[in-house]
Amino acid sequence: MRFPTTREREYLKDLLVVLTQKEVKLRYKSSWLGYLWSVANPLAFAALYFVAFSVYMRVDIPRYPLFLIAGLFPWQWIANSTGAAPNLFLTNTSLIKKIRFPRNVLVGAAVLNDGIHFLCSIPVLVGFLLAYGSRPSWSWLIGIPVLALGQSLLVYGLALTIASLNLFFRDLERLTTLVVTFLFFLTPIVYSESMIPEKYRALLYLNPVAPLILSWRELFLSGGLDWSVISLGYLYAAGVFVVGSLIYMKLSWKFAEVV
Amino acid sequence: MTAVRFEHVSKSYPIYSQILTGLKASLLNVPQTIQRFKRHRFMALDDVSFEVGQGESVGVIGSNGSGKSTTLALTAGVLRAQSGRVEVRGRVCPLLELGAGFHPELTGRENILLNGILLGLTRREILARMDEIIAFSELESFLDQPLRTYSSGMYARLGFSVAVHLEPEVFLIDEVLAVGDLRFQAKCREKLEEFKKRRVTIVLVSHSLAEVRGFCERVIWLKDGKVAADGEPGSVIARYEAAMA
Ligand SMILES: Nc1ncnc2c1ncn2[C@@H]1O[C@H](COP(=O)(O)OP(=O)(O)O)[C@@H](O)[C@H]1O
Ligand SMILES: [Mg+2]
Repeated sequence: MRFPTTREREYLKDLLVVLTQKEVKLRYKSSWLGYLWSVANPLAFAALYFVAFSVYMRVDIPRYPLFLIAGLFPWQWIANSTGAAPNLFLTNTSLIKKIRFPRNVLVGAAVLNDGIHFLCSIPVLVGFLLAYGSRPSWSWLIGIPVLALGQSLLVYGLALTIASLNLFFRDLERLTTLVVTFLFFLTPIVYSESMIPEKYRALLYLNPVAPLILSWRELFLSGGLDWSVISLGYLYAAGVFVVGSLIYMKLSWKFAEVV
Repeated sequence: MTAVRFEHVSKSYPIYSQILTGLKASLLNVPQTIQRFKRHRFMALDDVSFEVGQGESVGVIGSNGSGKSTTLALTAGVLRAQSGRVEVRGRVCPLLELGAGFHPELTGRENILLNGILLGLTRREILARMDEIIAFSELESFLDQPLRTYSSGMYARLGFSVAVHLEPEVFLIDEVLAVGDLRFQAKCREKLEEFKKRRVTIVLVSHSLAEVRGFCERVIWLKDGKVAADGEPGSVIARYEAAMA
């Protein structure tokens, strides 16, 4: 290992910023429509879960619509990035075949783009909060950056793993969809963790995405920050980040021959 | 001083159908999968050795599939060899495809920044060269239009203009000069002559033997992944032409 020079660091930062700007620009090219569409998606699901679980199945959670979107918005970031990950390198074939540059930055830019989009959807959440007579808390000023950083690491690690492996096993995309759907229902988003029977509750902490999603929801609903849960979230994020980076380092030199 | 050195370089590719079998089939029979990946590979370069001196202009010729693009990709560091050594000294500008990384929905100006960054410049370095790049491309009036409105010639102009302003020390060109109108082609050639005078190392892959003969000081003929001849342009090209006839 060798430390990067000042110019190399400046270069990596510029590369990440320019690629992220590109993604964001393309997403909002049709100005407001792009924004509306991607907020409409989690909102539509929130409405669906509300009807299914609250109206029909009588799940008894106070302020259920607010409860739902407080978990669905951060979840959407994970879902968007991992959903796009299988094709991240495949849609950049000419780049990977013809230019030498750190390809993991493509993944970083895609994850940041989804993260920025998540941050831009927070005002909608604030609207719901106000409608239910609550208010954002000052603790958001610390909580949002801390959780966003942890989640960036986590989602980057997941996406890098999926994007790299998918070049070598092209049916990974279907497996990803399946695993992400499993994770969704195993994470307390449409239900609360107190509804899980006591004897299974420990299993929750084997789910690498659960601690961060729970922390987001707690922060949005009550302004609370449970640092032990956040630490666990960071532990998982760091683990996934390291695994993803190792897989990438092991495989990246072969990318140009298989895309 | 050598700028590029290949020492007994071999490069093979996995055979494509192997990749597409997917995860399920691979997991069902792991040892067999590993074996297949190891055994069934296609030799694109087979024990290739050559050197390019600093400031030299070398042409690479050969029929389709003889390994020319593979040689440039190894030099550019996009691919890695299975065996042997590839050494490159100096900043490489790979022009393996004009405008690799251009996005059709972004404007010409945005694409200059994007392409320049991908080719290894920092944002400051590109912005400092922006005016020169634009002037060279002669596309001022289209620069704020999205790239999808460009003709393929205009697209190539923009790509070439970014590439030549990177101040490369080793310039790799893979069959990209036969684009644009005649006037722009002449301008590209002029720029290459200027590079040659400044002793920039140039490796040029081209199907135009006349161009190679006119421009290069030395020619390497690749045949089925091996060096068939390496030397003075006139004689190598004559032997190549005789073999093709
Ligand atoms: N990514 C790849 N996967 C498998 N085979 C490849 C790949 N790239 C090139 N080849 C094969 O390697 C050989 C040499 O290719 P290339 O270097 O592109 O030749 P040239 O540029 O001289 O036409 C060809 O037979 C080609 O089919
Ligand atoms: Mg070729």
